[in-house]
Amino acid sequence: MKYAFFPGCLAPVMSRQFELSARKVAKKLGLKLVDADDFACCGFPIRSVNQETALLMAARNLSVAESLGLDICTICTGCASTLAEASKELMHDDGLREKVNEKLQKIGRTYKGNVKVKHFVRVLYEDIGPEKIKSEVKKSLEGLKLASHYGCHYLKPSEVFDKFEDPEFPRTLDSLISVLGAETVDYEDKMQCCGGVILDVDDKIALMLAQRKLDHVNNIGVDALVLMCPLCGSMYDRNQRVIERRYNATYNLPVLFYPQVLGLALGLDPKELGLNLNRVKTSDLLSKLSV
Amino acid sequence: MAISKLDPKFKDEVTKVPGGQNVKRCFQCGTCNVGCPVREIEEKYNPRKIIRMTVLGMRERVLSSDFIWLCSACYTCQERCPQDVRIPEVMNALKNLAVKEGYIHSSFAKRAELIGTQGRLFPISKFDNTKRKELGLPQITPENKEVQELFRITGLNKLSNAEGEE
Repeated sequence: MKYAFFPGCLAPVMSRQFELSARKVAKKLGLKLVDADDFACCGFPIRSVNQETALLMAARNLSVAESLGLDICTICTGCASTLAEASKELMHDDGLREKVNEKLQKIGRTYKGNVKVKHFVRVLYEDIGPEKIKSEVKKSLEGLKLASHYGCHYLKPSEVFDKFEDPEFPRTLDSLISVLGAETVDYEDKMQCCGGVILDVDDKIALMLAQRKLDHVNNIGVDALVLMCPLCGSMYDRNQRVIERRYNATYNLPVLFYPQVLGLALGLDPKELGLNLNRVKTSDLLSKLSV
Repeated sequence: MAISKLDPKFKDEVTKVPGGQNVKRCFQCGTCNVGCPVREIEEKYNPRKIIRMTVLGMRERVLSSDFIWLCSACYTCQERCPQDVRIPEVMNALKNLAVKEGYIHSSFAKRAELIGTQGRLFPISKFDNTKRKELGLPQITPENKEVQELFRITGLNKLSNAEGEE
């Protein structure tokens, strides 16, 4: 199992613990992630401004992976949906691919249309599988109650993901948490968007969206919220104090990226998984696990 | 609004922009509004109404509005829409047209500028690379010449230059 690793713009700067833990668990499970410094922004943030440029940026990234002869594995759900959509369009629409290549050739690139794109968690689920992961567990997470948050672009638009998940009632993340021994619990409005995409457009709406989820998760009493997107992570972890101050609330809710949770179960050291880099302290959760 | 101020060709203009193809299929059921997380908090974001205004030809009102920029791109409406209108993509088409008319929202001008010059939405500083090194993560080159060139090819660099000069 070998993929070109696409970390995206956000994780390498704002949630290095996500990138770090993903690399650590990949290594442990025999998943090879190849770096390519040529990767740039996936194109998603400027789709609203100019879709042609956004598609060219996605295609350029796909061509970088193609020249390595590898499919892409990304830890960002936004990158996953943007690159998967471009990959699908360019695979099936010869005319569009030709038009894109006319422009790409001006920067010395071509894209033949052969690269597939998967989110890291989908790779864990499909390429490695829950059963295999279960057999690798060194330290059961029994006793932990965890709430999952999928992130919109892990699931939608569902057509670009070959309908591998049910966008209304997803199961892959919950099943990957359960095999580690932890209990997953459902909560009100579980599928609600984090609001991150419009944080710089209207922070009032975005933070209120995030606040509602923190409320709902807090109401059921869990040890942590588990997610897999750096943008969702920045809304619920990095901005949790801001939200607490703005809405006069107290959550102290640890927010972990799935590879951090998986890494603990695989027996990796919390520091190796960057748990010290999480904004909301994870010490209670760790002492519960006695690590 | 006077009928004479409506632009009956607006809907056709939108269908020609990528993402806007299905706008005329909307039969105003409101499924999009019901599942919209932004709509739940802020009433001025009303996808059903934005589409109705578009089909009626309220070109200036739609393109100059602040509400078209509020879609959080969660795609819930796209999954549920019985007419496959692809609302988030219609919003992208409308925003692309708005940009051409000079109505870009400042946060998106900023995004375009950052990506057009740095190749990334969150530029890599020396500090970031030092932190990465400490953690054993690979270094990242701060600029991307190919992306800068792509922006020149599509003309989007002029947009970011113009904003930068302000």
